[in-house]
Amino acid sequence: MPNRSQIQARSAAMRLRFEAAGARVVDPPLLQPAETLLDLYGEDIRARAYVTSDALRGEQMLRPDFTLPVVQMHMNEGAEPARYTYSGEVFRRQEHDPDRANEYIQVGYEVFDRDDPAGADAEVFSLFAMQLRGLPLRAATGDIGILTAAVQGLRTTDRRKAALMRHLWRPRRFRTLLDRFAGRKPEPEHRAGLLDAKDPMAYEMPMVGKRRASEIEARIQALREDRETPPISDTELAGLESLLAVRETIPFALEQLRDVAVDLPQITPALDRLERRIAALQARGVDVEKLDFEAAYGRTSMEYYDGFVFGFYAEGRPDLPPIATGGRYDALTRQLGKGAEIPAVGGVLRPDLMLEIEGVA
Amino acid sequence: MSLKLGVPSKGRLMEKTFSWFEKRGITLSRSESEREYAGKVDGIDGVSLVLMSAGEIPRDLASGRIHLGVTGTDLVQEKLPRWEQQVEEVSPLGFGQADLIIATPACWVDVDTLDDLDAVAAAFRKTHGHRLRIATKYHRLVREFLSDAGVSDFTLVDSQGATEGTVMNETAEAIADITSTGETLRANHLKILSDGLILKSQATLWRSRISKYSAAEKQVLTDLLDRLG
Repeated sequence: MPNRSQIQARSAAMRLRFEAAGARVVDPPLLQPAETLLDLYGEDIRARAYVTSDALRGEQMLRPDFTLPVVQMHMNEGAEPARYTYSGEVFRRQEHDPDRANEYIQVGYEVFDRDDPAGADAEVFSLFAMQLRGLPLRAATGDIGILTAAVQGLRTTDRRKAALMRHLWRPRRFRTLLDRFAGRKPEPEHRAGLLDAKDPMAYEMPMVGKRRASEIEARIQALREDRETPPISDTELAGLESLLAVRETIPFALEQLRDVAVDLPQITPALDRLERRIAALQARGVDVEKLDFEAAYGRTSMEYYDGFVFGFYAEGRPDLPPIATGGRYDALTRQLGKGAEIPAVGGVLRPDLMLEIEGVA
Repeated sequence: MSLKLGVPSKGRLMEKTFSWFEKRGITLSRSESEREYAGKVDGIDGVSLVLMSAGEIPRDLASGRIHLGVTGTDLVQEKLPRWEQQVEEVSPLGFGQADLIIATPACWVDVDTLDDLDAVAAAFRKTHGHRLRIATKYHRLVREFLSDAGVSDFTLVDSQGATEGTVMNETAEAIADITSTGETLRANHLKILSDGLILKSQATLWRSRISKYSAAEKQVLTDLLDRLG
């Protein structure tokens, strides 16, 4: 196992390379306000981050990643365009696997740039590939933006689209909703009874709790309207299914996705972006003919990414977490920007794992 | 040295545990003074009785301070991550049955399943500006159950007692708690979700996988397990 000073030395060298690419070094605090993280990640974050507190500032978390504080810092004071690099510890609670580190060093690079998103995607990916050169790694890429575009362009109600979007990152739940909206799953029995009732609100139970009768009525009304909504068509459903199944080297993937776009024309602008990204990657010397693309990649683990996503994995070491991951998170800047927004892409590397697979003892 | 058996120090759980062992020819009793949490074991040699709070038994099993212990499945699974690797179930004792469940106000006629709860949570957050609060003391079990079911936009609030009252007091919108008859739930105008059963619990005798056993203790364990089997 590499020791701490070896890991520190490697991080410093990697950070220098990012600086040479034009990044400014930033050093966000270790303690982050829990509220913002909870807002962003939901209750799940409590299982992943260490929480502490004091009487003045309330709940604080030991930073589980850098993205959030870096985005916040940029949205508050950053000039445009901007490139940042950082290195330091992140902390992850481990409740299931004692072999996973609960504290490790990440080195990161983030680009905030409005003008050329395809170029910025390619810049981040190729810089990461350069940092990792020579290691036996497999790169995976994907694009959450294609799936998002497919869902948002479905010929169905906004309510259904919003429900699907909300569970884009939970494939099982997404599937259940999709089957229901496509009429492939019968309505739950209880619901049929409720919606058929003449006056479902005529009951003897007292109203308790903060959720008011008007909210219950509104949901019943919404469910009744939803029942009258025609199912999502077989064509669109088949289109979504073949979209999610695409797994190819990136030029062939694009070709297959263009076929999918016959049924789902709404994904065409996202595919044009993918095409520009491929060209930008090629211009930076990435061998795109060998680069893998999975349309479903990043759906389970990368919740705030909404466009290009990538990861580097150690060949023959399925026990290791990814050595590097990253992606585009335009929506996150909107969420944290209090009205402002800027396209952003970036990622992190694990110098400890790099040293480990290099065999440093 | 002797084999240490941890048993809840109070109430019905203690009495029922004592009579379960009694039926198998082993007499457990509290020492003379009611205040002292030490016990006596008759009917088998080499076993000593440690009376303690049911809530502490999982941790002492996991740390190896006791070899055997009686406590609920709910407490073992809540308090011990990867509990199967730390303790082994010797025998369910057939009492102390309770279900860990999710309950919402009974007046939520539009809510019957976890899917409904998830949809309501999304709308609730939009309307009220905060996540739907679920009061519980079983944080790990509830969080894992809900995440696995794909429920989002909720937050767990800690409640160590009188959890059923939190909804009426508007400090939570729903609860996750153990119930045996459902009476308290009904009295507080709550109902159980049809797919809201997280865990069926009962008092169980556990063996620690962490404790060290001397040769003599191993022999006592074998004898004891024979008697209980």
